[in-house]
Amino acid sequence: MAAVLQAPNFEHLFAALQARGYEVIGPTVRDGAIVYDTLRSPNELPGGWTDEQEAGRYRLRRRADEAWFGYAVGPHSWKKYLHPPEYRLFSAQREGQGFRILPETSTAVKRAFLGVRACELAAISIQDRVLQGASYPDPAYRRRRENVLLIAVNCTEAAATCFCASMGTGPQVRDGYDLVMTELTGPDGHQFVVEAGSEAGRQLLEEMECPPATPEQCRQAETLVAAAASQMRAIRTEGIREMLYGNLEHPRWDDVARRCLACGNCTMVCPTCFCTTVEEVTDITGNHVERWRKWDSCFSQNFSYIHGGSVRSSIRSRYRQWLTHKLASWIDQFGTSGCVGCGRCIAWCPAGIDITEEVAALQAGVRGAAEAITENNHGNA
Amino acid sequence: METLERILGEHPFFAGLEPEYIRLLAGCASNVRFEAGTYIFCESQQADAFYLIRQGQVALEIFAPKRRPIIIETLGEGDILGWSWLVPPHYWRFHARAVELTRAFALDGVCLRAKCEQNHDLGYELLKRFASIIERRLDATRLQLLDVYAQGSARVTR
Amino acid sequence: MTGMLPTDPMLPAACRVTQVTRETPDTFTLQLEFVDGEGPRGFAPGQFSMLYVFGVGEVPVSMSGDPEQIGRLAYTVRSVGQVTHALVCRRPGATVGVRGPFGTPWPLSEGRGLDVLVVAGGIGLAPLRPAIYHVLRHRDEFGRLIVLYGARSPRDLLYRKELAGWARRSETQVLLTVDYAGLDWRGRVGVVTTLFRYARLRPEQTLALVCGPEIMMRFVAGELLGRGVPASKIYVSMERNMKCATGWCGHCQYGPFFVCKDGPVFAYEKLRALWRHDEL
Repeated sequence: MAAVLQAPNFEHLFAALQARGYEVIGPTVRDGAIVYDTLRSPNELPGGWTDEQEAGRYRLRRRADEAWFGYAVGPHSWKKYLHPPEYRLFSAQREGQGFRILPETSTAVKRAFLGVRACELAAISIQDRVLQGASYPDPAYRRRRENVLLIAVNCTEAAATCFCASMGTGPQVRDGYDLVMTELTGPDGHQFVVEAGSEAGRQLLEEMECPPATPEQCRQAETLVAAAASQMRAIRTEGIREMLYGNLEHPRWDDVARRCLACGNCTMVCPTCFCTTVEEVTDITGNHVERWRKWDSCFSQNFSYIHGGSVRSSIRSRYRQWLTHKLASWIDQFGTSGCVGCGRCIAWCPAGIDITEEVAALQAGVRGAAEAITENNHGNA
Repeated sequence: METLERILGEHPFFAGLEPEYIRLLAGCASNVRFEAGTYIFCESQQADAFYLIRQGQVALEIFAPKRRPIIIETLGEGDILGWSWLVPPHYWRFHARAVELTRAFALDGVCLRAKCEQNHDLGYELLKRFASIIERRLDATRLQLLDVYAQGSARVTR
Repeated sequence: MTGMLPTDPMLPAACRVTQVTRETPDTFTLQLEFVDGEGPRGFAPGQFSMLYVFGVGEVPVSMSGDPEQIGRLAYTVRSVGQVTHALVCRRPGATVGVRGPFGTPWPLSEGRGLDVLVVAGGIGLAPLRPAIYHVLRHRDEFGRLIVLYGARSPRDLLYRKELAGWARRSETQVLLTVDYAGLDWRGRVGVVTTLFRYARLRPEQTLALVCGPEIMMRFVAGELLGRGVPASKIYVSMERNMKCATGWCGHCQYGPFFVCKDGPVFAYEKLRALWRHDEL
């Protein structure tokens, strides 16, 4: 049941969320980019701004209208809050010859994410599988995840770097949200076609007292989202797992290695990358320590270090690891691709390396199945 | 002599050799025995024989100036000791010491070299077999060189 | 002292060091006991723990004690970095944090009725020792036990007294070798693959468990296959950088596998195709 929320009524939405104890996190313009931060009012939304993205390029540009969500994605993703860049696992105090662990007891912060794209919902669901899956569900992640309200936004235009349609994650928001909105900025005024996806979302809409959307408004919304699908890059995903496994020595890896700086930007901006490291931090007396978990990147030289050297010492091996993990091994590990087609890695790579281009080049130059990883042949060990 | 022939013929190293070649080899062979601690041969000596070890253990040693001598390999029952007899300039590249009482067949290299020159088929058969020994020693030496147990070698995976 | 909360596998439990034994110039075995009713926790041969030194950090170390001695843990640690150096410097009475056990164990049940062949290189004997203990305790479930063990030099051999004791057991063969030795060494010299020709192997009825540096394991696997041991009966133990041991940090990935939870023990057949590639 679609309803209509007028732009001026966003003040009430913010108030309703804050009354329920939610900190509203959403997009805002800062330092020449649209980033995610705490919002106190709808005035802080990036009205009238859009992003221009290409390989190795990101610029903000003024729009002709005052749309609040007329951009694609910025350098931040929601993992900034759900799987933070650093957080403390525990503290410990020295006691005689031993020590006492002081586990974290912080209360969870309730957050409402405003403006979650379809690709981002897919990314959240992918990280749910990684961090809540099988053997050891991450209790800190679960706590954060349980206290999040997801207000999604359908994309009405795509950036040139987007390829969510190819990855099957967008631009249409399908599920996993509490509320979903599509922004209309036509002659009828600035308004949103809204639908609830959960009980919490339904209650919010009730409180907003939104009138039902007309069939015309719904159709307008659908048309805009469909148009976004046609503006994107593409990647061919059939057989991509076998293709990557079967081409671990393809010359293209040497080619990309010459361009890749191993800076790790792609892993920082990627909404599904989850690798972390653990650091022991002591105070000056050495009697009090804290164990911190921090983002790490498979591109760093020491990522695969074991007593004496790194297993992946060449940039070639590290780029290969990142790409084959994202598009192939992830499927074996978690049942889906690790990529949602948001295009951030393309825009934020200083060398302008484009994952869709690299995959296409590998596919074009594919040799036979001789080196297929699933093949049962004898090596020369 | 007959026992010698039988033992040579049954040894895996000589498997597939024509009986007449086995007889020929037996003709160049003799029983030898080395007390524990004695040197079977020394580095840079003329290499005029090879040995089929029947019992005991032999250590191959290298001495380098200003360094402690080390054992680089040990051979035991059933192993073939020595290929330098076959390859010019025919001198031993290391010492061979009997670690314990060792019994072996010694095969006369000078005699065999002459026979191989006359009979190239025999020469080829012997070379094939020794090439296979050299290959296995090279493989093992390569693995030894990689020093896989040393610190800092963990990243070496090939 | 508080320890591991049941819901948080990232919190170490406190253990007290009861004994430290020097095995080789750079390798020590630590015996640990849980403190304050942490509760004895069993483990299966082949698994590992994350050992924590207060103020220094954590490392993964294989369990190398007797799995049937509940509540007592043994770890053989080689000093190769900051944390391992701190570990080997612990004295009896010191506290070490323990998380785990983690990982896949040696598939000993697959060896029932078969000969068990253990091939170890260097410190690789440590994760195999619990498996040897198990076979010796349940002797009638298995056929022959053959241990082939190679180290760099005589002083780098682990557990020499125990090895000698095992060699005296019935239907048990223990063969040792070193890569190089001084003239006073009366044993064998040569890489561990040179021991195969002396082993009383019955390849068609053998379960092979292999642990050591990766290249050594590859050479050994080749030797095993060449002698007719079925590929499906060969198991190896892999090692990679680990920060969490719970499948979250991503560091231990090898191809599609997480060595911390899909390993460290792997069927050779699973890794066969991966082993052909450098820097994976």
